[in-house]
Amino acid sequence: MDSSELRRIANRIRRRDLQAVFEAGAGHIGGEMSVTDLLTALYFHTMSVDPDAPLDPHRDRLVLSKGHTALALYITLAEKGFIAKDDISSFLKHNSALNGHPNRVKVPGVETNTGPLGHGLPIGVGMAKAAQLNGDTWRTFVITGDGEMQEGSNWEAIMAAAQFKLDNLTLIIDHNRLQQGARLADTNNVAPLAPKLAAFGWAVEEIDGHDMDQICRALSPETITQGQPKCIVAHTNKGQGISFMSDNVAWHHKVPSEEQYKQAMAELEEAAQ
Amino acid sequence: MNTPYKNAKLHDCRDAFTATLEALAGQNSDIVAVCNDSVGSSKLGNFREQFPERLINVGIAEQNMVGVGAGLANGGKIPFVCAAAPFLTGRALEQIKADVAYSQTNVKLVGISSGMAYGELGPTHHSIEDFAWIRALPNVPVIAPADRAETAAAIRWAAQYEGGCFLRLSRVGVPDLLPDDHVFELGKANMLRDGHDVTLIANGVLTHRAMIAAALLEARGISARVLNMASVRPIDEAAIIDAAHATGAIVTCEEHTIFGGLGSAVAEVVVDHAPVPMTRLGVPGVFAHTASANTLLDDFGMAPDAIAQSAEALIGRKG
Repeated sequence: MDSSELRRIANRIRRRDLQAVFEAGAGHIGGEMSVTDLLTALYFHTMSVDPDAPLDPHRDRLVLSKGHTALALYITLAEKGFIAKDDISSFLKHNSALNGHPNRVKVPGVETNTGPLGHGLPIGVGMAKAAQLNGDTWRTFVITGDGEMQEGSNWEAIMAAAQFKLDNLTLIIDHNRLQQGARLADTNNVAPLAPKLAAFGWAVEEIDGHDMDQICRALSPETITQGQPKCIVAHTNKGQGISFMSDNVAWHHKVPSEEQYKQAMAELEEAAQ
Repeated sequence: MNTPYKNAKLHDCRDAFTATLEALAGQNSDIVAVCNDSVGSSKLGNFREQFPERLINVGIAEQNMVGVGAGLANGGKIPFVCAAAPFLTGRALEQIKADVAYSQTNVKLVGISSGMAYGELGPTHHSIEDFAWIRALPNVPVIAPADRAETAAAIRWAAQYEGGCFLRLSRVGVPDLLPDDHVFELGKANMLRDGHDVTLIANGVLTHRAMIAAALLEARGISARVLNMASVRPIDEAAIIDAAHATGAIVTCEEHTIFGGLGSAVAEVVVDHAPVPMTRLGVPGVFAHTASANTLLDDFGMAPDAIAQSAEALIGRKG
């Protein structure tokens, strides 16, 4: 699939996400807008997954460790065919399978139940280790937020992945520079991330996390360094695609008013042209 | 501690654990062991020699250790995640909750040197809260074997069980209580001796103390039933209700705080289904003083004599 088609899908996911947050009256729209291009590239360009066989032992795995952006994952899975597109309208509703954080038992295509931060990468290390033990070629991808890298468990996993030489593991850090209440730089500035990962023995690449060509190239197997896990530091914007949300800390989990909703949707629709 | 096990040979149940795990791993290449630098204390040295690639040592990093276990399970492996019980359960409790219990992954959590096995090393190294913590979580059976036969049986059971579980092992020597060919059944207690005046319910290293107490009671003309209750969750409700009806009084004995452990689990069943007087023996909600594991159990009222005295006193409260 070429990058213009990937951009079209990403735009469609953003519009559905905006609508679902507006209708549900909740969600984490800022981080969902920042991670959407990464999810689109993974599911429609890079990963080998089959909606008809969601537990195929040889599937590639994605762990969305920043589980609060579950809605973006749900919509991506619906676009891919794992769940029905109509299901998205049940987001956060009574007894819906789609709660605020992903649940593998309820939602086909979800690999593990995330929500508390700092859980996804250790699980990704275990997945990659299982494939390595078997000599299997499937790959493991983990997406964390940048604020999430403040969790110590990530650094435990970073050390283990390098020790185990897990070159079948790719960590993508959604580096939007904002956390829930403030800028990363004003909270606990774990940036710059790339030299830290490199110092821990990872192969590191920095990209524009909204440039589909750069994302796809960074995810391609040709860019793997043998014997090293890979980290992609994806420079993104929280609220990407919506002018008044973009890079604005207020939009971590704020819900747009009707007027804001209309403006945001108009901007996304214009971008789709 | 006194007779009749004074001269019995005592066994470290870790040996039964590792011998069984090695045998199972020889039959099933998906079985792996994950540890936190605890190759020695988990007695995984032989396992590493036989299956070097399948001993996954993540270093001193318990959160990562449990997460790695969950990921290995996702990849089709059957991980036995082994670490000193206080660090496995305490440090990685959120991983156990989210990555094992809530995600319903096939991770076997093996807490080594549980309870107060580390004695003089002090309360940081005691694991006397783990029944309470883990039994509060759905989807993770909690099991504390009493001897080497039950340990081996529980490990065999865990390997074939589809789902996560928590096995609580000790390093404190215990005599043989169950037959070599014992088969572990989840949620089933074993009646080690029948009786009609009182029931002693115990597990782990307390079961043999309860058996000694029952013998002491017998010498005083009191007939005590002893239930070995390795399975704390799910718990054998039928055996508890039957014991309440048949004996009218229940004493629980555990190497755990009395808040939330075996005694609490038994009391929940008793209150709901068959109210009878109970005494819950265990650590009375304090951090332990400096002493060896067995001395601590004695000091907290679980010497066999003291268990027998508690049982006698309880019988006096029967209606």
